Amino acid sequence: MPQTMFEKIWRRHVVVDRPDGYTLLYIDRHLMHDGSAGGFARLRGRNLKLRRPDRSFGTPDHYVSTGGRGIAAITDPHHRGIVAAMARNHADHGFTVFDIGDERQGIAHVVGPEQGITQPGLTMVCGDSHTSTHGALGALAFGVGSSEVTHVMATQCLWQRKPRAMRIVVDGTLGFGVTAKDVILAIIARIGAGGAIGHVIEYAGSGIRGLSIEGRLTLCNMSIEAGGRAGMVAPDDTTFAYLHGRPFAPKGAEWDRAMAFWRGVPSDAGAAFDKDVTLDGAAIAPMVTWGTSPEDALPITARIPDPGTAPDAAKREGMARALSYMGLTPGTPLEEVAVDRVFIGSCTNSRIEDLRAAAAVVRGRRAVVPSWAVAGSGLVKRVFREAGFDWREPGCSMCVGMNGDLGTAGQRIASTSNRNFVGRQGRGVRTHLLSPTMAAAAAVTGRFTDVRKLAQA
Amino acid sequence: MDPFTTLTAVAMPVDLPNVDTDQIIPARFLGRPREEQAPALFHDMRRTPEGALRPDFPLNQEGFRGAGIVVAERNFACGSSRENAVTVMVDNGFRAFIAPSFGDIFFGNCFQNGALPVVLPAERVAALRAALHAQPGARIAIDLAAQTVTGPDGGVDRFEIDPFRKDCLLRGVDAVTLTLGYEADIAAFEARQQDELTWL
Repeated sequence: MPQTMFEKIWRRHVVVDRPDGYTLLYIDRHLMHDGSAGGFARLRGRNLKLRRPDRSFGTPDHYVSTGGRGIAAITDPHHRGIVAAMARNHADHGFTVFDIGDERQGIAHVVGPEQGITQPGLTMVCGDSHTSTHGALGALAFGVGSSEVTHVMATQCLWQRKPRAMRIVVDGTLGFGVTAKDVILAIIARIGAGGAIGHVIEYAGSGIRGLSIEGRLTLCNMSIEAGGRAGMVAPDDTTFAYLHGRPFAPKGAEWDRAMAFWRGVPSDAGAAFDKDVTLDGAAIAPMVTWGTSPEDALPITARIPDPGTAPDAAKREGMARALSYMGLTPGTPLEEVAVDRVFIGSCTNSRIEDLRAAAAVVRGRRAVVPSWAVAGSGLVKRVFREAGFDWREPGCSMCVGMNGDLGTAGQRIASTSNRNFVGRQGRGVRTHLLSPTMAAAAAVTGRFTDVRKLAQA
Repeated sequence: MDPFTTLTAVAMPVDLPNVDTDQIIPARFLGRPREEQAPALFHDMRRTPEGALRPDFPLNQEGFRGAGIVVAERNFACGSSRENAVTVMVDNGFRAFIAPSFGDIFFGNCFQNGALPVVLPAERVAALRAALHAQPGARIAIDLAAQTVTGPDGGVDRFEIDPFRKDCLLRGVDAVTLTLGYEADIAAFEARQQDELTWL
């Protein structure tokens, strides 16, 4: 019987299948960040060792300061302790670490693919919901809580019930100025923030195959914002070209062996999915969120929606609540909404390709509102500096604000991150999600701007 | 882990859909020790920016004092994987959650902390919330062994739960201890994989 990619990877990782429908699933790669310190503390408390240090990789990201390098730059003593634990746990357990001061340090979901740790056909977990990112290379990757982090540390396995499979097909060629971020926001707007609960999503179709690996990482990253357990894209020549030569990718004869295995990872023709969704890629425009859930997304050409048009009272009340928090008036064209700050960063959109695309928009222009770029690389630093951006050190930064990188109440922030939840970027802060190029356009105009107009100018 | 068998408790309604774990406990409290996190439950929904308790939030109302069950809307506790969203609830006395659907990671995290997430049809959950609003302080009874929820109106609903999760909750099984008992299977898997995926 033809199998989906997810089914194949799942089956290859079954350690124990219990008659009650539960599976002990083997985890090939465990990514750890500063927040995983609690897992090590529990391990120590139970006198257990990290079972597979050779399968474990750590890099601090949530609590690191993006304003300066080094542990000393972290002002909160609790946070400093959490970040410092990485080195101590490394000394005790011997996993691979990209610690502060190492130029490879950065957001776990940026570092994993960049280093070639993320590979097709593998299972991966991390104590972070955006672990779905790694599915971009054809891995089965999902986020877990801190108890399951400890469980993986001790056993390299997890108890799981097999999720269902969903396929989202995006056919057609994406229009000029339309990015992977716009595609995933359009998908979430379509199926809802809970549309993929209990499912692993496979993204397919010509619109997906045409995406670079960085684009696929952005796409899979936000699978969790649609409720998905994981998101995946079948590995292809784009994947193999991306992986070739990366530090943790196989080399020589091992590369050939790996390639033979990887070629068998994609879903078989005719494989059945529990749920199918189709979108026309050519119809997707640059998107901006207007509300407090990632599902509240609209094309930049649209107007702020009117709660009066909602289908029922509960929806009407929900929209009104979101608009009140966001300080927006129904009927206002999105392009007339002024922003106070711009944030380009996060595990969704801080890769070199994201910054190159944003750099192309800001080059020769000037940011007219305070604008941050927080990335994992210095290659395009100068372009942003010259445009008046505040260049920050690598980390999660304003996506979650755990390190203190926050906005102030009432501020309207154009952000390339993944969650426009109430208070996510600081209490009372109004977050709008958009692509790096749309963020760059907002930075140089001070309002939401259809980047297609700027790029043509 | 404390076993979960039966629970009869005051139930508190939370009416909004897509309540994310950032609402249950904002990120700025996550770097604190667990014992300091309890007051942060629903912090920004519960308090004004000046810190005063909002009288319209159920957690602040006398009728829901001592509540042990939350009755929520669809996609409850979506978003971030922070397990603190479960522990801060447990530390405030909540051991069970009833909703039409849950964020997957929160759902799994509940079982790691002796808490029970119950999925019931949306119409029934809406009726339960309406009953709780009409009669603050009303109790809901949950019997895990029988897989039933008894509402304030006496109506009984049966819910589904994976037998594995049910058994672990009823006995208070620690997953790590359970899994360490499968050491031979894990070692055999690793040996097999080492031969197949030699580059790992």
